[in-house]
Amino acid sequence: MSTYRKILREGLWDNNMIASQLLAMCPAMAVTATATNGLGMGLATTAVLVASNTLVSSIRHLVPSAVRIPIFIVLIASLVTLVDLALNAWLHELYKVLGLFIALIVVNCGILGRAESFASRSSVPRAALDGLAMGLGFTLAMVAIGAVREVIGSGSLFAQAQLLLGPAFGFLELRLFDGGALLMVLPPGGFLVLGGLLAAKRALEGARRRRGVVVAQSA
Amino acid sequence: MIGHQTLERLRPTIPFQASMLALTVMLASAALSVADRATRQPIADAVARDTRASLAQVLPPDSFDNDPAADVLDTSDGGMPVTVHVARKSGVPTAVVLATSTRGYAGEIGLVVGISREQRVLGVRVTRHSETPGLGDKIEIAKSDWVASFAGRHLSDPETAKWAVRKDGGVFDQFAGATITPRAVVAAVKRCLVLYRSEHEQWFSVRKP
Repeated sequence: MSTYRKILREGLWDNNMIASQLLAMCPAMAVTATATNGLGMGLATTAVLVASNTLVSSIRHLVPSAVRIPIFIVLIASLVTLVDLALNAWLHELYKVLGLFIALIVVNCGILGRAESFASRSSVPRAALDGLAMGLGFTLAMVAIGAVREVIGSGSLFAQAQLLLGPAFGFLELRLFDGGALLMVLPPGGFLVLGGLLAAKRALEGARRRRGVVVAQSA
Repeated sequence: MIGHQTLERLRPTIPFQASMLALTVMLASAALSVADRATRQPIADAVARDTRASLAQVLPPDSFDNDPAADVLDTSDGGMPVTVHVARKSGVPTAVVLATSTRGYAGEIGLVVGISREQRVLGVRVTRHSETPGLGDKIEIAKSDWVASFAGRHLSDPETAKWAVRKDGGVFDQFAGATITPRAVVAAVKRCLVLYRSEHEQWFSVRKP
């Protein structure tokens, strides 16, 4: 059981797709101008990641290592296209909000990274859990970057959340102040906040490690 | 099912690798073409629903009794395709909606522009775009009421030179950090009005059975 807990911990924090592996930088910079967009991209990516990890893991014995990369790419691209078509046809309202992000998921190297480094070597339940944990960790980081950029850049938080989550979630939208530093909404803001996020994570881990050493010595 | 050992032996051989790759691509193509077939009609229906909804947003509800989404005429303006929807009441044209697109900052912006017989803008809505979220997407009515500033405008209100964003000496607001997007939309609405002025006689002379 502890391996499952480890998988969760790795995905959410220790080996976080954005904050530790530094993968998926394209969506992390491109769609995090608001927390809502970060959340939308995160959830869509999580769904694709769980599906692709499960699929890759279930055919892992059949895939020769020499051609594994093209096979994974074909699988991921087809999966994303299927999700895109299905949303457009049957969940059209949601598609109008998320449609922008879905095609971008193909270029998320984090998904291929998980297929290659984890799912192709693990059992199906572990691969699926890893997809879920990595996806949620990604979502968390996306929402964090988006929230900081949105608060500083436009003075609001979770603007238009009701478009993504439905009218019941309109209460999430906060209006803090008018105006804001435009720089944070533009691409440089993404780099600044990402840098801050990485530094904060390192500092937190460093502090925890030092405290651990002190505790170990005094014991 | 082939056994584990046979698989171990086959996996490093080139024919096995090639056929696995080919099989994957075939299965993926098959899945995609099935999905395309299954979703084509629902997607077309959803797009048609969207068209009807966006037409209804730029036409006064009591100004027509036909189905402007079906009363169409295709034309073009400077290389950009324009679809003309004619709103009629008892067969008499009361207004038109021009569905067109223009090039924005990050790709095409689809627009519908409602124009009355008096050559005034009845309303403008953006139907699709891929402008920067948080910046250029203020052209959507759901995110900002900017497009409402076109309602009631005429080619001589403001005067022709002022049909531009403020930065270019016009009367329409640009967005902080995004000038290209509103500039493209203002120019497209103006082009629609010019097109209406020169072509509407011809559009209305085409009788629909």
